[in-house]
Amino acid sequence: MLNRRMLLASALAAPAIAPSGARAQDLPGVTASEIRIGNTMPYSGPASAYGSIGRSHTAFFRMVNDQGGVGGRRINFITYDDGYSPPKTVEQTRRLVEQDKVAFLFNPLGTASNSAIVRYMNQRRVPHLFLSTGADKWGTWQDTPWTIGWQPSYRTEAQIYVKHMLEQKPNAKLALLYQNDDFGKDYVTGVRDILGPRFDGVVRAISHEATDPTIDSQVVSLQGSGADVLLTATTPKFAAQTIRRVADVGWKPLHYLTNVSISVGTVMEPAGPERGIGIITSAYLKDPTDPAWANDAGMNEWRAFMAKYLPDGDLKDGSFPFAYGVASTLMQVLKQCEGNFARESIMRQVAGLKALEVPTLLPGILVNTAPDNFHPIRQMQLRRWTGTTWEGFGGLIEGAKI
Amino acid sequence: MSENLVLPLSTASARPATSAWQRLAFVLAGVALAVLPLFLLESFHLFQLTMAVIMALAVLGLNIVSGYNGQISLGHGAFFAVGAYVTAILMSHLDWSFWATLAPSAAICGLVGYGVGFPALRLGGLYLALTTFSLAVAVPQILKHKAIEDWTGGVQGLFITKPEPPTWLPLAITADQWMYLVTVGIAAACFLLAWNLIRGRIGRALMATRDHPTAAEAMGMDTATLKTRAFATSAMITGIAGSLSAVAVEFVAPDSFTFGVSITLFVGMVVGGVASILGSLFGGLFVLFVPNIAEAISKAAPGVIYGIILIAFLFILPDGFAGLLRRIAAKLRGR
Repeated sequence: MLNRRMLLASALAAPAIAPSGARAQDLPGVTASEIRIGNTMPYSGPASAYGSIGRSHTAFFRMVNDQGGVGGRRINFITYDDGYSPPKTVEQTRRLVEQDKVAFLFNPLGTASNSAIVRYMNQRRVPHLFLSTGADKWGTWQDTPWTIGWQPSYRTEAQIYVKHMLEQKPNAKLALLYQNDDFGKDYVTGVRDILGPRFDGVVRAISHEATDPTIDSQVVSLQGSGADVLLTATTPKFAAQTIRRVADVGWKPLHYLTNVSISVGTVMEPAGPERGIGIITSAYLKDPTDPAWANDAGMNEWRAFMAKYLPDGDLKDGSFPFAYGVASTLMQVLKQCEGNFARESIMRQVAGLKALEVPTLLPGILVNTAPDNFHPIRQMQLRRWTGTTWEGFGGLIEGAKI
Repeated sequence: MSENLVLPLSTASARPATSAWQRLAFVLAGVALAVLPLFLLESFHLFQLTMAVIMALAVLGLNIVSGYNGQISLGHGAFFAVGAYVTAILMSHLDWSFWATLAPSAAICGLVGYGVGFPALRLGGLYLALTTFSLAVAVPQILKHKAIEDWTGGVQGLFITKPEPPTWLPLAITADQWMYLVTVGIAAACFLLAWNLIRGRIGRALMATRDHPTAAEAMGMDTATLKTRAFATSAMITGIAGSLSAVAVEFVAPDSFTFGVSITLFVGMVVGGVASILGSLFGGLFVLFVPNIAEAISKAAPGVIYGIILIAFLFILPDGFAGLLRRIAAKLRGR
């Protein structure tokens, strides 16, 4: 009996405590001395190579704290492993929001992982900032006003290739090979954005499954369509096959290749470096292995950070300049908040980045956001395969404003 | 005939008898233990506990076929996925209520399990393990297939909403609390049914088939039927767990059901205790909470820490939590 009474008492007490607790939480995740930031990363599991992004962030915020923090507060960066599994992302995100009471989520990685939490974040009105994924849907401020991406989306990338193609060959016929998933379909959308009603007349699009053994038949039918331009939007294994097959059948299109699949080791070498000469791709970050940036101020800043805070980090790993760039963008947002770290205020500043220069972005690429623009980076520079390396050429090209 | 029936009864009565009031006390204590977190935990921990109970239920399913019937399955993640997707598809495309999806989900998983049970008759031991494993590897890819993409949502997955607490409840509770109650209720029912099944004639037949198939057959047991039906029942229970996980997480995607899920369930079964009903519950708690502990110790290599904890557990508790409980119980009785 006593037990039951105690139960009842605790049940009654709980709601009585809750409202006063809620009042004290007007600024979730922010106290007089610290601001709590949450993050999920695949430190284990199939995508654990990306864990270096999380390590970089941890080191970055340690640097910020060493330099005095932001708005008079220290940053408490809490990052959890989600093993690249969406249910685990939901669990860890709820832990961050409900238990650790973070002010916002920064740079969680993975398209599926972020899809699993996007509704939760927006229902709870918790900022869900600068996600590590190239899907285009994070830019839909109308539907998910608390969520924003960072890197140029696959759709933007496709727009840039088509813009360049129309400059070079106004009457081109475009063959489009894409992987039949979110990633590949973003490219189809991007091509359609630029071509509009001309799409059906100009483009021959063929998809393949991620599970297909080869794409030989797709390449042959694309060649048979009489196209003189090829856009390959597929993952590394298939990209290597495509480059090889296109050369073997003696087809010589102007070839654009998604920057997801430009690794020298996993794409260009297996395909045969000489077969790929002239292939065009795009970039928005400075490549840490490119000698052109040996004396670049931005990259020197990044290298100094690496030397002091991540001495064992691999300087050739492109994840580190990426992480440094996105964390720098966040710091600008926090500075613009001027000490007002309410969630609404943070979102106002997220949507108020004006021509921000980021140390690890290519010169001239500026981060811009607005209440109706949740695509922070929409410019890229093209790069061409020389047979040994990717070489930048031409000016910056901007994606379409939709 | 009558002697056959008497025999198990007499072995049962050889154990120290538990009187009716003792049993009632156990049940009440169990109910109290299950309901207590509702008032003590905040919503995030309640969600974690809900997920742990769901994993426990899935482990229970695996335990029936692998633990009690000796057919090693490394593919139960597939049934988990099928259950989750049946619920998600019915809820998001046809606007069914969650409750209505449970029966079709269980039925479909049961059928799939029955189908898998047939090749299992010919494949023993390691071969069966590999066959079921290939099922677990195949399912996430099948879910992405073009032909069913309109239903499964492809790589994008499907969003659903967890059931709102009914208005007739005396206490106002949150959706998380309701989800916990629903999960515990369904899981308790499944555990009770499984316990009844195992304790009775069929349970003994399952174990006999596992321990000595030839003798079991000589005793007149239809081992083929037993094995396929054990697979079906097991898949059904794991499928129900999948359904619950779909609504608890409110999202399903192929990436949620990689072959890792099957391994997780297997780990849960071994750590909890092979062929133990109560052990399944511990197994569920283990696979949900221990990875978090491992991560708290080291972010650089959570997998290594998890592995070390796992090895330590297997070393200290070679027959799982259930074995530990059995040993403690035996000691208490011996005194």
